[in-house]
Amino acid sequence: MGLDNENPTLFEKSEERIVSEKDLDDDEAEEFDSREIFDLIRGITDPEHPLSLEELRVVDQNLIEVEDSMNIVKVLFTPTIPHCSMATLIGLSIKVRLLWCLPPRFKISVTITPGTHASEHAINKQLDDKERVAAALENTHLSTVLNKCIATA
Amino acid sequence: MTGKLKTICSLKGHSGIVWNTSWHPKGQMLASCGEDKTIRLWNYKDGDKSTLKCLLADGHQRTVRAIAWSYCGQSLASASFDATIAIWDNKSGQFECNATLEGHENEVKSVAWSRSGSMLATCSRDKSVWVWEVWEDNEYECAAVLNAHSQDVKKVVWHPHEDILASASYDNSVKLYMEDADKEWTCVGTLSSHTSTVWSLAFDKTGDRLVTSSDDRTLKIWQKYLPGNPEGISVKDGNFVYKCVCTISGFHTRPIYDVTWCHLTDLIATACGDNSIRIFKEEDLSDRNQPSFSCVSHVSEAHSQDINSVQWNPVVKGVLASCSDDGLVKIWKMEST
Repeated sequence: MGLDNENPTLFEKSEERIVSEKDLDDDEAEEFDSREIFDLIRGITDPEHPLSLEELRVVDQNLIEVEDSMNIVKVLFTPTIPHCSMATLIGLSIKVRLLWCLPPRFKISVTITPGTHASEHAINKQLDDKERVAAALENTHLSTVLNKCIATA
Repeated sequence: MTGKLKTICSLKGHSGIVWNTSWHPKGQMLASCGEDKTIRLWNYKDGDKSTLKCLLADGHQRTVRAIAWSYCGQSLASASFDATIAIWDNKSGQFECNATLEGHENEVKSVAWSRSGSMLATCSRDKSVWVWEVWEDNEYECAAVLNAHSQDVKKVVWHPHEDILASASYDNSVKLYMEDADKEWTCVGTLSSHTSTVWSLAFDKTGDRLVTSSDDRTLKIWQKYLPGNPEGISVKDGNFVYKCVCTISGFHTRPIYDVTWCHLTDLIATACGDNSIRIFKEEDLSDRNQPSFSCVSHVSEAHSQDINSVQWNPVVKGVLASCSDDGLVKIWKMEST
C-alpha cells in the first residue's frame, strides 16, 4: 500500500519550553496551559512517517484550548491532506496520550481543524464516542500501533 | 414525589469504568459490570449497609458493557465487547454462566429481556439487532437478525407489556420492531429527531410513551398514537406511531449516556457526561400532546467522572443506582422536602 501523502511539508520544531523557577516549585499547584498540553502531544509519531506531529504541523500550540478550572481541554489537529486515511488514528493517538497523562477530571475533546478534512464530521463523531474509543483500546492490533505512535511522545 | 436526591451509599470494588447496573426485579439486589470484565452482585439494604454478595468473573474476555435481569429474577444476561452474551443463573446454588450466545460480529452493546421472559434482544457495533427465543434448559435460538440501522446500535429496550422492541443508534435514530402476521420480525417505525447518537431510551409504565437521551444534549419525549386518533396524527400503514411531543434542552452540557423512567413515581433520571444526575418530572396539568417537564433535582458532581448509567429501583420508591467512569456504583434516594 502506498503512502497517503508521500512528500509531506516539514516544519521546524518549536523551542524547548523555558522552565521558570515557579515551575520547579513543588508546593505551588499550577494550572495546565496550552503549552503543557502541546508538550505532551508534539512528540507523537505520525503513523506513516518517522516524523513527529509537530514537524508535520498536525498539532499546533495555538490550536489548543485549556480551561483548567472547568476541566476542559480542546485540541484541534490538522491532517496533512484532506483525504488522509490516517486521520482517525492520529486523532486517537492524541486522545489516548491525553487520557493517559492528564488527571481524570479533564473532559478531553480532540477534533479536526474545521475545513481541513473531507470526512471531518464523521471522524470527530467517532473520536468523541467514548464507548468506541474504549473498545478500540481493547483491540490488540490497534493498541500496538497506537503505542508505537505514542512511545516517542 | 419531589425532593432532593441524596446519596445513601457508594460501592467500591470495580477497577476502571463501570458501564452499567441492573436492579433485580425484587429490588433487593443490584448487578454492576465494567471494564474489569467482572460482574458484581450487591445486596441492597437501606442506609449504607449494602454489600458485595458475589463476584462473577471469567465469563467474558473483554469489557462487560451491559447487564440485565430477567423479569422472573432467575437469569442475568451480560453483553460484552468480546462479541458474546453470557447467561447466568444460580439454579445450582451459586451463580454461574450456563449459556453463551454467539453470532454478533463485534462488540455487543446492550441486552434486554422481554416482559414475558420468552425473548432476549441484543445489539452490536455490527449495526444489527438480534432477537433470541428463550427455550427451557438454557437453549436460545436466534429468531431474527434486524438490520434496520445504518450504524452502531447502542441500546435495546422492550416495551413494558407487549412484544415491541426499541433500539437506539449512532445513526441518530430509534427503531421499533414487532412480529408481523407471518411471525416475521420487522421494523415498524423510525423515530428521527435527534441530531447525534441516541445513547439510551426508556418506556414509561404504560408503554405509550418513550424518553430518549442523546449525544446532542437533549432528551425527547415520544407519544404513541393509534390509527384514527382524535388528534389527527397520521398513522400510515401500521399499528401505531410514536411522535416527538417534547424536547428537553438546555439542562445537559455533555452527552446524556442513560435515561430511566420510574414506573412507580413517573420520575425521569438522567446520567450525563458532565458528572451530573438530573431528575425530571412532568408538570401538573401538562397536555399529553404537548407535555412540559421540569428539572426537580440536579446533583452536580454526583460522580467525579462521566456517569454511564442510572436505574430506578423497581420496588423501592425513589431509590436510584448510578455508575461511572470513576469506578464507583452509587445508590441514591429521593428525600421529600
